[in-house]
Amino acid sequence: MATVETDTDPLTIAGRTLGSRLLLGTGGFASLELMAAAIEASGSELVTVALRRIDTTARGSLVDVLADAGVQLLPNTAGCYTARDAVLTAKLAREAFATDWVKLEVIGDEDTLLPDAPELLRAAEELVDEGFVVLPYTTDDPVLARRLVDIGCAAVMPLGSPIGSGMGIRNPYNIALIREAVDVPVVLDAGIGTASDAALAMELGCDAVMAASAIARAEDPMRMARAMRHAVEAGRLARTAGRIPRRLYATASTPNEGLPAFD
Amino acid sequence: MSDGIRSADVVIVGGGVIGLAVAWRAREKGLSVKVLEREEIGRGTSYVAAGMLAPVAEAEFGAAGKRLLELGLRSAEMWPGFAAELERASGGEVGLLRTGTLLLARDEDEARALERQLAFRQSLGLPAERLLASAAREREPGLAPTVRLAIECPEDHSVDPRLVLAALRQACENAGVEIRERAAVESVELDDAGTRVTGVILRAGERVPAGLVVLAAGAWTGQIAGLPSDAQISVRPVKGQILRLRDPAGPGLLRRVVRFQGGYLVPRADGSYVLGATVEEKGFELSPTAGGVYELLREAHELVPGIDELQIEELSVGLRPGTPDNTPAIGPGAVDGLMWATGHYRNGILLAPLTAELVVAELAGVPA
Repeated sequence: MATVETDTDPLTIAGRTLGSRLLLGTGGFASLELMAAAIEASGSELVTVALRRIDTTARGSLVDVLADAGVQLLPNTAGCYTARDAVLTAKLAREAFATDWVKLEVIGDEDTLLPDAPELLRAAEELVDEGFVVLPYTTDDPVLARRLVDIGCAAVMPLGSPIGSGMGIRNPYNIALIREAVDVPVVLDAGIGTASDAALAMELGCDAVMAASAIARAEDPMRMARAMRHAVEAGRLARTAGRIPRRLYATASTPNEGLPAFD
Repeated sequence: MSDGIRSADVVIVGGGVIGLAVAWRAREKGLSVKVLEREEIGRGTSYVAAGMLAPVAEAEFGAAGKRLLELGLRSAEMWPGFAAELERASGGEVGLLRTGTLLLARDEDEARALERQLAFRQSLGLPAERLLASAAREREPGLAPTVRLAIECPEDHSVDPRLVLAALRQACENAGVEIRERAAVESVELDDAGTRVTGVILRAGERVPAGLVVLAAGAWTGQIAGLPSDAQISVRPVKGQILRLRDPAGPGLLRRVVRFQGGYLVPRADGSYVLGATVEEKGFELSPTAGGVYELLREAHELVPGIDELQIEELSVGLRPGTPDNTPAIGPGAVDGLMWATGHYRNGILLAPLTAELVVAELAGVPA
């Protein structure tokens, strides 16, 4: 399949440069083959893997497929409910994947899978101190985002809505406020349901978008991966192009001067 | 002692449901057949399987999903005849229960997902009926009031894989299949040109000659050496934890197979139930975990609260043979005399009759 050259400026997180502003989750695909095809179609260069759910040494497994796809791995701490478990999982991931990057998730509630803010801060502080590059999955709270950056997180990953819900960005004002509040990359994480959600995130000023279920559970994951790729590029271009101010009344797009008179 | 020297027409590597089904059918066609099993016959993945014959419930989107559905439907149709023949040939039961399957949603979110699944099945013309919660609970009073919506797949049944395995072994023995246990295969042996199979080499060093070799080693397929890299296929183990429960009050809690987000419950005729299964990418690791069991019980309890009263008989772990696209490898390989019968992932029991038929048709057509 023909791939589209990326049309946007690269993203830099903690000194690492990525051509694609789309991050992918690797869970939930019907098969490894579909996952690999979707990753390729998305153009993503950074994908998350849940250390707790895989064996990193097994042949022919997820890790091999990702290595073949040539993408960088971002281990996450999915499934952790305490700072202790998250820190331990991050350390195991550092051993297993030979990376000190971690997408930090500390979940507070089984039904909503929303982050547990106090535990998240505690784990982030400890991991930053241990030399990790920490990308925390956080609520869309601008103050919490700033606190996470204050203690040394390399980026923040606020949610648009709960994980896997496909409900899009429920509070765009908070996402815009987070963009204003911090000077590290903002990656919209969780809640993306379709391409317009991803475009909106970029238009709000997010530096990147993370998509997982929206692609993995689509009827045609490859097609949705391409849609997300275009949406992220479109949203970034629109953000940097400088949109027009909103007005209450119309203003003609064509000037009136110089029109021929038909009389 | 001369056991390994005498040549068989067909050597089958792997004594699970696939290997045994192929062996039995091949022997019936008049071929001399030897089964080599790395440990004990019928005690690997097949022994742990729940035994759902559920191609409609399992239907998935996409091209690979469509291929798997076609295989599944063909094999499901073969099962009643296969079961009857197997029971005759072995003198044992296989526990085929024609109960149908219910797919359950327990809230608005799951109901929307289920409607999507229903529309998909109806678009393919598959037998699937939408049931309101009241109708589902009328058919299965053991279901919790939390059920929101259900789909009934009336043609999706189940068998008891342990009975199937015992029957297959008996049928094989009755028919004169030679079965060797603790005979792990190290490699496939090729001729000097490297284009034709001449037998297999056991881990203990012994050579077992054969003109035809069927690789039915499931999750362990990738450990068999000797094939050129372009003739190999990719099979990896996918761990599943599964519980076996028994109702001391006897059968009746559930009649149909029920499936829900996060698991399934398969009733047997005697009041026992299989509750499965986790899906984990953990290599050959076989430890059951507290989290795995908790997840299975939590989901099942929400939908069938009566499972509280069941006794836990067994917690087991199996390794599904997963291919990159989840579809099996069945038929001739890139080397003459080599047949694949592996990579059946979650569908080994369902696909056993069809796999045996396809492979044996190939074997019978190839001069040994």
